[in-house]
Amino acid sequence: MSAAAQPSASRRGFLALALIVALLPLALPNNYTYEIAIVVGLNAIVCVGLNLLIGYAGQISLGHAGFFGLGAYGTAILAARYGWPPALSLPVSVLAVAALAWLVGRPVLRLKGHYLAMATLGLGIIVSVVLATEDRITGGPDGMAVPPLWVTGEKSWYWIVAGTLLAVVWLAQNLIDSPRGRAWRALHGAEIAAGAVGIDAARHKLAAFVLSAALAALAGALSAHYAGFITPSRASFLHSIELVTMVVFGGMASTLGAVLGAAVLTTLPQLLAVFKDYELVALGALMMLTMIFMPRGLVPTLEKALDAARRKPR
Amino acid sequence: MLRAENLAKRFGGVRAVQDVSFEVAAGTVHSIIGPNGAGKTTLLNLLSGIEQPDLGQIFFDARALAGKPPHLFAAAGIGRTFQNLQIFFNMSAAENVMAGGWLHQACGLAAAMLRPPRLARAEQRVREEARGLLELVGLGRWADAPTEAMPYGALKRLEIARALAARPRLLLLDEPAAGLNPSETREIDELIRSIAERGITVVLVEHNMKLVMEVSQRVLVLHEGRKLAEGDPREVSEHPAVVEAYLGTEHA
Amino acid sequence: MSAQLLQFLLSGLTVGAIYALVALGFAIIYNASNVINFAQGEFVMIGGMAAAAFIDSGLPLPLSVLFSVTLATLVGLLLEKLAVEPARGAPVVTLIIITIGASILLRGLAALVWDKKIHPLPAFSGEAPIAVGGATLLPQALWVLGTTLATVAALWWFFNRTLTGKAMLAVSHNRLAAQLMGISVSRVLAVSFGLSAALGALAGVLIAPISFTAWDVGVMLGLKGFAAAMLGGIGSGPGAVAGGLALGLIEALGAGYLSSAYKDVFAFIVLLAALVFLPNGLVGRRAAERV
Repeated sequence: MSAAAQPSASRRGFLALALIVALLPLALPNNYTYEIAIVVGLNAIVCVGLNLLIGYAGQISLGHAGFFGLGAYGTAILAARYGWPPALSLPVSVLAVAALAWLVGRPVLRLKGHYLAMATLGLGIIVSVVLATEDRITGGPDGMAVPPLWVTGEKSWYWIVAGTLLAVVWLAQNLIDSPRGRAWRALHGAEIAAGAVGIDAARHKLAAFVLSAALAALAGALSAHYAGFITPSRASFLHSIELVTMVVFGGMASTLGAVLGAAVLTTLPQLLAVFKDYELVALGALMMLTMIFMPRGLVPTLEKALDAARRKPR
Repeated sequence: MLRAENLAKRFGGVRAVQDVSFEVAAGTVHSIIGPNGAGKTTLLNLLSGIEQPDLGQIFFDARALAGKPPHLFAAAGIGRTFQNLQIFFNMSAAENVMAGGWLHQACGLAAAMLRPPRLARAEQRVREEARGLLELVGLGRWADAPTEAMPYGALKRLEIARALAARPRLLLLDEPAAGLNPSETREIDELIRSIAERGITVVLVEHNMKLVMEVSQRVLVLHEGRKLAEGDPREVSEHPAVVEAYLGTEHA
Repeated sequence: MSAQLLQFLLSGLTVGAIYALVALGFAIIYNASNVINFAQGEFVMIGGMAAAAFIDSGLPLPLSVLFSVTLATLVGLLLEKLAVEPARGAPVVTLIIITIGASILLRGLAALVWDKKIHPLPAFSGEAPIAVGGATLLPQALWVLGTTLATVAALWWFFNRTLTGKAMLAVSHNRLAAQLMGISVSRVLAVSFGLSAALGALAGVLIAPISFTAWDVGVMLGLKGFAAAMLGGIGSGPGAVAGGLALGLIEALGAGYLSSAYKDVFAFIVLLAALVFLPNGLVGRRAAERV
């Protein structure tokens, strides 16, 4: 795990990301590639939040797709069934999910390790089943249509998502380098010692959980308006697992790693789309191999390799 | 300053602490000694809120604390170090100390994310304060080092620096000299004295008798979870029951 | 007792026996390695699917069952050797992702090697339902219950009367001490994975005639088996059995009297309730953190 969150290094990373985001459209040939970029961006938003929870605060959630799905369905239902303007339904949906995460998080975050993993898994599955079953409201397994935002078109959405992602990354990096960020990392490092310096473990874990849930809901809501149509599979267990894998693959305790993980693991299946039948095999193998050979994730492993190369005598 | 009354704690069938009462006066260095298994670390855990006593009460400046969560003990002004090192290995040495000062770095979630200039300035002060504490314990050059690279003796001192960052009025030190060689132990000795000189009350759990006798004003002896004797170092070292149970063979 | 209630109880016990076998698999692996094997459900799937494939190719039922259980056992041993051993000592998140990755991989392979269709398995001794006090019981259900009972008894004998079994218990109580006594933890790990895989496959073969098998039955069965293990107290054999039966009954009664649409959800509500309110499970024990 990288030792010091040196402000300059993460600022440089942010600028690099901003540069990439600004210049990427020049390299995207068609609407399909724009679509992939947008999906990467949305996944990255969730992953940055999830990374705050897993990599920094040291907790785990195997049900985060549930928050994503609730954010999506929240805004969809308010806009489609109750006629709310998306400008209102979107933030309200995100806040509602945050409130739900607050309620649910308090008892659940008392658990640790495997038990916490299983509890969040259970929550995620309950959400996905409810979404698929209450078909009068949600349209059931076949999904429901979502009114668009006032903007449409791939290019506009690209900038919306890109802007949101950059804002989220900037906020996350600020948070990590603040007293609060240190408090969260302290919880991860040695929870008992954190208590001994006055850090209220329960409150901070809950804050990390709610924040990451809100970010997932935001991405979910945006994705609903972008796609114009949503299904309960957005809240599925498989989606939750994909999200966690993206975070861990990119490198825990690395915001840019989370973005990188989202980018790689979203585009890879597209590349392997030729072998549609092999998608699951590829995903499973990738997860296993990454964790066995690069347990810290891509970015920290690369950092370490670069450090070692730099220290080698010429 | 600190008063423990009839503290008792059991784990399953083991009575780790039984009916222990004592007082710690402000501004003193108070040591707790006893053979292995005497209940010293459990007692410290009770005094810092990490364990809840089954019976008894803890008064800090007349505030009853028993049963409250550890972060409230810390907020009341009690700090501690750990026998088996609870360093935040995911942060550098300086960040460990900065994290230790959490209680004095009030920061809302929104402010943390937006990082207004006020916060940036405050962070600068926090960073300087952390470096100051690292210098105090002799770890100045390790400031930005990854904690994984630091030797054991340095980590023990890092724990002390981190605990000091919380500006405690009472500091519980759990075997700060364990595993250290004589010259490192002397450094700890001096460090404890300088901490006491700053007006911080120290409660020290130690096996190293020389250190204990030199640095303490009062000594409490625990044996099998019970208080065996209490007094100044000379009285305790001459107390017959103590000599028999503990010091007898060692002082030869 | 009303016929309907009896019907629910019988079907609840039947599926509960399957959950018990899966839960036992979780418990055995957890005891040996502190790992929650998310791929446990896939062993169930392999048991059923392989047996169906063997039967389709002409093998008689008993041989198909034997071969499919053996195949699952081999897969379990491979999983342990290739995925779990190299990652020993890794943090919880890492291990979770490895076993989840394994379960995804196995599912993908199953879809490739076999197919994505639903496969029935012939019942072991005919399909004529037996009347029991106004309710009906399939002969296959008797197979399920009887085999589970026999298996639990055999496991009890194995863990309490054989050297290997006692060695495994020793490792679960105190790994270091067991190693110092000369017990090979690697071997214990291997045996635990192989044994759990066999149990899972057995469950898969037993239930396939009743509820059919397909490439993706493993997910839900695995998760529910885990919920059962948690309910009973992870790491406890008797707890796993009790948890499995209890879960099966809760599910059947809930689906029957409350809502059949939400049948799958009962297991997870039970799981959450068990985690939050029953920290030690019905029977088992949890580890405490020491400073």
